[in-house]
Amino acid sequence: MLGMAWAGSRDFVHLYLEPPGWEASPGQFVMLRPSAWGFDPLWPRPFSICEKTPEYLRLFIQVVGRGTSLLRSAAPDSEIVLWGPLGKGFRIPVQHPLLILAGGMGIAPFVGMCKTHPHPERINLLFGHRLGLEHYPLDELPGKIRKESMHQSTPEDLVDFSGVLQERIRDFAPRGEILACGPMPFLRVGQRHVLESNARAQLSVETRMACGVGACLGCVIKTRNGEMLQTCVHGPVFDARELVLQ
Amino acid sequence: MDTRVELGGLILKNPVMSASGTFGYGLEFSLYGDLQELGAIVVKGLSLKPRAGNPVPRIVETPCGMLNAIGLQNIGAERFLRDKLPLLPWDRTPVVVNLYAQSVQEFGQLAGLLGREPGVAALEVNISCPNVRHGGFQFGQDPAAAAAVTREVKKNSGSRPVIVKLSPNVTDVRTIAKAVQDAGADMLSLINTLGGMAVDVHSRKPRLAGITGGLSGPAIKPVALKMVYQVCRVVDIPVIGLGGICTVDDVLEFILVGAHAVQVGTANFMRPDLIFDLIRDLPEAMSRTGIVSLDEIRGALETSSDRMDPLEKMQNIR
Repeated sequence: MLGMAWAGSRDFVHLYLEPPGWEASPGQFVMLRPSAWGFDPLWPRPFSICEKTPEYLRLFIQVVGRGTSLLRSAAPDSEIVLWGPLGKGFRIPVQHPLLILAGGMGIAPFVGMCKTHPHPERINLLFGHRLGLEHYPLDELPGKIRKESMHQSTPEDLVDFSGVLQERIRDFAPRGEILACGPMPFLRVGQRHVLESNARAQLSVETRMACGVGACLGCVIKTRNGEMLQTCVHGPVFDARELVLQ
Repeated sequence: MDTRVELGGLILKNPVMSASGTFGYGLEFSLYGDLQELGAIVVKGLSLKPRAGNPVPRIVETPCGMLNAIGLQNIGAERFLRDKLPLLPWDRTPVVVNLYAQSVQEFGQLAGLLGREPGVAALEVNISCPNVRHGGFQFGQDPAAAAAVTREVKKNSGSRPVIVKLSPNVTDVRTIAKAVQDAGADMLSLINTLGGMAVDVHSRKPRLAGITGGLSGPAIKPVALKMVYQVCRVVDIPVIGLGGICTVDDVLEFILVGAHAVQVGTANFMRPDLIFDLIRDLPEAMSRTGIVSLDEIRGALETSSDRMDPLEKMQNIR
């Protein structure tokens, strides 16, 4: 580990790690397991790659449970075993306009991609968030990106957000590719509007995962033809038409 | 340093096998190590027809362990033979297939299909899965049913050795072990997962969609060690020990209580290269503890009150 920075509160952590020798595509993820964990917690933890530069690999993590809490309190120079890049990331057609739909921590896989995209003016971003904007790395995204963020703190806000989501998807559908990442209810609503608008969209899903390499069969997600596919190797990014989101 | 073991007619380079259900079809781990280095590759339980498995959540982390209720999701025996087996190094490392069926007759059919494949070195019969409604479990809890499955698989498996995988969820595992041995099993493997559950107090729901599941990981190692110890004392056929093995010392402990070989299961989820590291570290661990061959320490647990240092004892003999 190289270092750690907090954003907005102690529950939002940017973890900086020594850069690995590989290249990753946006949406791919890594598995992390601090050596100090011993037998407990047992599983490694999966995190999408937020940004990779020659200087560092950066992960954006919200503290939500035991693993992330322990990671937050890891010693600055401690050893963390990491493997990746894992899974299938987003296909980015750089010549086409993009509409990025991000819900909360779903912003993570898009940060590095937006910063290195050759045509940021072709990117539109709709960002939904429940906590204050100061927790999320929105400001560092290129100014040429058309950003729109919506705060949801009441059930009414959620209805409004769903409406805007629908509108943006419908208007954008004929123009380019939609990329979405966020919590399951967000993806479910997004998927519904995507299918109604006949849009081209890729969704990145989050599931509970043990191994990260396709062996444990814990992270499976149901497809339209009834298959149970491992998110870790067949995803986490899927074509929106492929999935049954429950 | 000799790490080889002879196991029911198979020669393994070392006693470390993967455990079924934790190593996929083997290929998932080929990025993290050389599959040929394993003592044997035991693949995910196969049924005659593909199975979709249980709804999610199927897994939950517990202290030093985990619960699973996967429900034997698998691609089916035929697709395994066609798509996966040819890609495994079966000519260099024994590939053991794990069988799951819902009736005695179906177990026989499956054994017939898998037992005639040149790439299959042995069959492991799963009579102990706690996560499926039919088959599995009920065979593993009744000595007569366990024996019937064993006989049927033996009858159809050709010359392939048959391993029967036992459940720990029984009153006395030795009763089942003896019944299975008498029915013709060539080897035993134990233990499968211990029945367990986890509850979320906030949602007041079980943490697994299937409500109950099977506990595995380092948390169950003491239970596994005791059962392997007990079974090794009452059967004459080789026993493969498993249950929470994560380190080389764990491997040696199981051999000391009488196991011929071991399987590494849930530890594969901790780190995909763990099993390869463990095999690499085994010779050094053996020399550190003064072990020349594994045959020499198999079942050599010192249970008398005379707790003499092994080196000291050697000097006394001289």
